[in-house]
Amino acid sequence: MTVSLSGKEVALKIEGEFPGSLVESSQENLVVKSDHLLDAARFLKETDGLDFDYLNFVTAVDYYDHFEVSYMLSSLEHNHCLTVKTRCYDRENPVLPSVVGLWQGADFQEREIYDLFGITFEGHPNLKRIFLWAGFEGHPLRKDFI
Amino acid sequence: MAVRTEPFVLNMGPVHPSTHGVFRMRVTLDGEVVVDIEPIFGYLHRGIEKLAEQRTYTGIIPLTDRLDYISSMSNNFAYCLAVEKLAGIKVPERAEYIRVIIAELQRVAALLIAVGAFLNDCGAFFTPFLYMFRERERIVDLFEMVSGQRLTYNYMRVGGVSQDLPDEFMPALRKFMNMMPRFMAEYDRLLVQNEILIARAKGVGILTGEQAINCSASGPVLRASGVKWDIRKADPYSIYDRFDFAIPTQTTGDCYDRYRQRVEETRQSLHIIRQAMEQIPSGPVRAELPQLIRPPAGEAYAHIEAPKGELGFYLVSDNSIAPYRCHIRPPSLINLTALRDMVRGWKIADLIIIFGSIDITVGEIDR
Repeated sequence: MTVSLSGKEVALKIEGEFPGSLVESSQENLVVKSDHLLDAARFLKETDGLDFDYLNFVTAVDYYDHFEVSYMLSSLEHNHCLTVKTRCYDRENPVLPSVVGLWQGADFQEREIYDLFGITFEGHPNLKRIFLWAGFEGHPLRKDFI
Repeated sequence: MAVRTEPFVLNMGPVHPSTHGVFRMRVTLDGEVVVDIEPIFGYLHRGIEKLAEQRTYTGIIPLTDRLDYISSMSNNFAYCLAVEKLAGIKVPERAEYIRVIIAELQRVAALLIAVGAFLNDCGAFFTPFLYMFRERERIVDLFEMVSGQRLTYNYMRVGGVSQDLPDEFMPALRKFMNMMPRFMAEYDRLLVQNEILIARAKGVGILTGEQAINCSASGPVLRASGVKWDIRKADPYSIYDRFDFAIPTQTTGDCYDRYRQRVEETRQSLHIIRQAMEQIPSGPVRAELPQLIRPPAGEAYAHIEAPKGELGFYLVSDNSIAPYRCHIRPPSLINLTALRDMVRGWKIADLIIIFGSIDITVGEIDR
């Protein structure tokens, strides 16, 4: 059975390495500040005992006042998983760092979020719309689209 | 004398027999050698995730049929598991067994198509495909018995399945299970030692285990690269912890290994079905639930080992009758991440079989 790591415990480790990088943590997940996302992600991937080498999925949710982007990570070696979230409050021009450099599997998924939510991923090698065409107006999965 | 050459850009698709649907690749070629490719999606985008936000939890089940339409039952299964996790619903014992039998039959059917289509891409036009379809037809007949449909089954429900197995199902299934080993032996006789297949597929399009993990590949593609990871064992859902089965893996991660991997997985699926047929109890097939399901506010992610890989549903509920957000983790789309690295440097004829060996369904990529 895949063990779901406690967000609180992992949060302590991240907080020890990067003070002030966390927004909140609970049993199920932890929320990092968007400007510390890459640091936290690299820490989770490269720390012994955590070894989150597999990115299950990335997705976004629109909560009107902010976007929440979730990264579900797994370690195939230790068979444990963790959901890491980050929030983006700028609706006009939301920007997040791209994690493609760490997990290549995020490539198409970040493009999908860019296409359907309009969140820009800085550092993505080929950030353009994936399903809709280049001239399409708006981002359909935003709650205010229709 | 040096000949001046320049790269040539070729559009493959969106309507092309080897792209398995409406999928386009922009291929940059140097003579016959692939320099770069760019997959282009979106020709079948229906906005299923957006549609799901305006439907009741039960009303989404028919939408999931239209994701990977080769394996609709698996899609139903993953979605129902996610809603059950979100709302804390317990499924009756008999329904669990029915789900496992159906899901494993679906895996056999989908893997047969995958192998058949792959051999088609190799140039064995429609002869092996026809053999594979002969057996898939029997599975589709079984599904027609339980659901009345032959492609978009809409059979599973939140809390169980829509109806119990009809009386004629078990005898028909037994007959199928008795025939299947003979068919499998027939494929092996035709293909395992087949010189042309080996020449075309061995050593072609190698994906290493590390690359596969980094690209979030899953399912047969991941296991053919030697990574022993199967969600049925790693994170058992439903009642998979009760069955005895192995996780076959291959070593090199080439096209031939991916083909072998699918054949081996079919055997394991048949093994699971045999056990489930012996153990299946009688009883109700659906939990008693209100007509409109209203899960408590929160979120849940449930994933299954679908024929193509990890199929997951991430649901966010705001305690209304429709999900606030329904995200689908599509194995077909994510398995394609590795395609670019796999095909560079190979010839255009190899591109076709490398692409075929990944096994995608465009309905799931575009959603």
